[in-house]
Amino acid sequence: MRRKRSSRIPAGAPTLSKKDFESDQDVRWCPGCGDYSILAQTQRIMPELGIPKENIVFISGIGCSSRFPYYMNTYGFHTIHGRAPTIASGVKMANPDLSVWVITGDGDALSIGGNHFIHLMRRNFDVNVLLFNNRIYGLTKGQYSPTSEQGKQTKSTPLGSVDTPFNPISLALASGATFVARSLDRDPNHLRAIIKSAFEHKGTSFIEIYQNCNVFNDGAFFQYTEKDTKADNTVILEHNEPLVFGAERDKGIRLNGFQPEVVKTANGEYSTEDLIVHDQYAEDTTLANFLARMSDTLDLPDPIGIFRSIRHPCYEDLMTSQIRTAKERMGEGNLEALLNDGETWTVS
Amino acid sequence: MRKPVEQIEEATILFAGDSGDGSQTIGTQMTETTALIGNDVATLPDYPAEIRAPAGSIAGVSGFQLHFSSEQIHTPGDLCDVLVAMNPAALKVHLNKLKPNGILIVNTDNFARRNLRLAGYEEDPLEDDKLTKYQVFRVELTQLTRKALEATQLSVPEIDRCKNFFALGMILWLYNRPMEYTMKWIKAKFAKRPQYIESNILALRAGNTYCEATEQFAVSYDVKPADFEPGTYRNIEGNMATVLGLVAASYQSGLPLVYGSYPITPASDILHGLAQYRNFGVVTMQMEDEIAAVGVAIGAAFSGALGVTGSSGPGLALKAEAINLAMIAELPLVVCNIQRAGPSTGMPTKTEQSDLLQMFYGRNGESPLPIIAPSRPFDCFETVYEACRIAVKYRTPVIFLSDLYIAMGAEPWKIPQLSELPEIRPDFAGSADTRNGFEPYLRDPETLARPWAKPGTAGLEHRIGGLEKSDVTGHVSYDAENHQRMVEIRAEKVARIADALPPTEVFGAPEGDILLLGWGGTYGAIRTTAENCVADGLPIAHVHLRHLNPFPKDLGDILQRFKKILIPEQNSGQLLQLIRSTYLIDAIGFNKVQGQPFHVFELASKIDEILEEIGRA
Ligand SMILES: Cc1ncc(C[n+]2csc(CCOP(=O)(O)OP(=O)(O)O)c2C)c(N)n1
Ligand code: SF4
Ligand SMILES: [Mg+2]
Repeated sequence: MRRKRSSRIPAGAPTLSKKDFESDQDVRWCPGCGDYSILAQTQRIMPELGIPKENIVFISGIGCSSRFPYYMNTYGFHTIHGRAPTIASGVKMANPDLSVWVITGDGDALSIGGNHFIHLMRRNFDVNVLLFNNRIYGLTKGQYSPTSEQGKQTKSTPLGSVDTPFNPISLALASGATFVARSLDRDPNHLRAIIKSAFEHKGTSFIEIYQNCNVFNDGAFFQYTEKDTKADNTVILEHNEPLVFGAERDKGIRLNGFQPEVVKTANGEYSTEDLIVHDQYAEDTTLANFLARMSDTLDLPDPIGIFRSIRHPCYEDLMTSQIRTAKERMGEGNLEALLNDGETWTVS
Repeated sequence: MRKPVEQIEEATILFAGDSGDGSQTIGTQMTETTALIGNDVATLPDYPAEIRAPAGSIAGVSGFQLHFSSEQIHTPGDLCDVLVAMNPAALKVHLNKLKPNGILIVNTDNFARRNLRLAGYEEDPLEDDKLTKYQVFRVELTQLTRKALEATQLSVPEIDRCKNFFALGMILWLYNRPMEYTMKWIKAKFAKRPQYIESNILALRAGNTYCEATEQFAVSYDVKPADFEPGTYRNIEGNMATVLGLVAASYQSGLPLVYGSYPITPASDILHGLAQYRNFGVVTMQMEDEIAAVGVAIGAAFSGALGVTGSSGPGLALKAEAINLAMIAELPLVVCNIQRAGPSTGMPTKTEQSDLLQMFYGRNGESPLPIIAPSRPFDCFETVYEACRIAVKYRTPVIFLSDLYIAMGAEPWKIPQLSELPEIRPDFAGSADTRNGFEPYLRDPETLARPWAKPGTAGLEHRIGGLEKSDVTGHVSYDAENHQRMVEIRAEKVARIADALPPTEVFGAPEGDILLLGWGGTYGAIRTTAENCVADGLPIAHVHLRHLNPFPKDLGDILQRFKKILIPEQNSGQLLQLIRSTYLIDAIGFNKVQGQPFHVFELASKIDEILEEIGRA
């Protein structure tokens, strides 16, 4: 069962709408930027979460994406490049009742903030991380990022980048993340549903959002987001459902030994019974790891949805319980006694 | 018949041996006992950076010096009355610190060929004529300890590990100190391993009776208790005083303490210390690096807690960008820098004061921050408490600039009454009371502090960040004039802290020839020097600055009253630069950058030199 600490809106209070979550600041992204959609879906889903907006905090690093908190009419902190996870950890630890959201980019989270990112995942604070992956540095005007494909030509790599990219989902899984998902800027319904699931998950929730930077990396994800190519290039992950995809929903993914392959389910040779069935609640990460990697090297569709969602204790709860136990065992701290602790002597 | 006891005023003892010999332990125990029987005491632990340098080597020598007196003292002493050298390397490193005719106790069992070679001695130094100017006591310390512990079930290596207590037993006899406090400590320390209680106590007693019995030791000494103000006292190290000061600030303000850190010498003991106080609601977070450590403290401050981070120079370099964020976001934050010898990794276990300008200027843009420095171990309590008070009152990061020498040094501390502690009032913003809703940069007209609005408070939702913000509203702003105004306001806010500071204490002559101006851990050496000069009737004074930014308002006037301003520092002249540029005066630097504190005689001879120049002597 879900047990969130974020205090709920009391019954009978007026319900909030999307407008309540819009700040008075002009949104300053380039026209057509995928960030607009992510902002809109976030503002739309917030009223459904049932928490008062004063209990919500958005914390970002630096990048186009990281301007996000200025546009949310909640508490917000636009911090420094790569360090949002650290500040969010402090906010959550000091007040576990807050609903804390980290907004970050592929450069922010995986280059300069890579170290904090992996440690945030393993500590499992109950915070939500939205990584806007546009596979480019937007704010600094178009250098390649740690998620850019090898060979990418940009201003800083005129002959093509030589480094191998990160797979953010794999990295999060390897770091012990308890909730790992992927969604798309151009699929509002899916995005809202995933944001809501992330909120409902108790523990660190990580969502990689494919985001189009129409200025510096236009169309990077069109094969996954556009009507004519989407169905054949993505597979929507649903718990307990077989991996079926394709415009006609007539293709599936099956394991041939250790090797995944795409099979047709329409011609009678294979049925959905033969396909891999998704289990997002598996403690073991084998399936999630495999799903994260399957489109890297093989001609397989890219998974969209929740890779993994499991319950582990949260850092702030463990710390709070240490405090509670210490108070039970030693009594509530008494400063006078503390200062006079140990060997003392009196001069009269 | 009892041997004669000679009354003396003060003594300095240096325990030295291999890292594994336990010199730090017995030095600390001697300090505890000495403080408890009422002497004033000051200590100087000096140990190598390597955890286990090769046994018997020069690099592995660990020393602990303590100075105690029936008068008030401020330093661990220049030269020693007693040197306990557990091996040849310790003798080699520390013999030059022993006074002529001083007592040298050596463990002759460790002076075999091999040990001599490890210490780089060609010949046995115990045969050397040079030692004739000392009173040398050759003690078969290892053999005697083994003999005393014969009846125990312990192995030889275990028995040998008790020999430091044999040495301590000797010193306790030599200075007529009781063994009971040490015994009590041994019992508590080894409560889970009772076999070591018996053995260490046996060794302690054996050392004591050895001195009583052997003809070598003809007299013992006694140092009467010092005159202290009435009150309850305890012995305290600088870092522990820092820990207690932080807990006290949290307790008195009602703000929960969140301490973010990453282990580093000599700041780690603050993390270890605070981690013990979960029952005070203290949260300690050991993070993945120093950036994350300051990050959690900033996040906690944004949430409405007392956010504190601590490190040493290399860590402060990493934290700079985040501290700057807290500066422009105008959030309360306390940053502890326990300085050590730099640059880079430098000499991690040696003291220095070379981060002052880093703290002043080590951030991009115009980034003024209050900087305050403790002057002695117990002063860490009050100073770090003051750092918390300023941080909360003015909504700013404050640098608490301590150093290894005071962090690791110990002395008696008069425990304050809670009622003596200044008030720390968080004064959180309650509701949006302006016509335009909540304005996060609407300032207190007197202090220029902005409101502290914690998430969870309805109606105060607002956004802050590192981008320049417009005055009053806090919205992002690139307006040219606004930027200049904000730069000026941030500087003015820090400058106004000086408005509420007490007058500066001038020790010694109110005006005259030389003003000794110091800060931080040089206090003891400078004050002792000044006391000696004043006793000699010289027109000399001492001012020790706690507030380094802003400077006290009366400092300029005080500086004008002296012909020469002498600034002793353990760096190449950093306060010197600041004083010269702020007050346009020709101050003189006296600089020692050796990882070791000043000796009083060094300062005294510098003063003589200056007096001669100005035609006094
Ligand atoms: C310490 C530091 N280094 C470099 C920068 C410059 N910088 C700002 S944003 C950015 C990259 C942002 O890329 P990403 O995180 O992918 O965000 P996007 O703009 O694509 O949303 C860089 C290098 C900075 N602000 N701070
Ligand atoms: S540069 Fe790219 S990511 Fe940044 S706002 Fe413009 S379109 Fe969006
Ligand atoms: Mg990017």
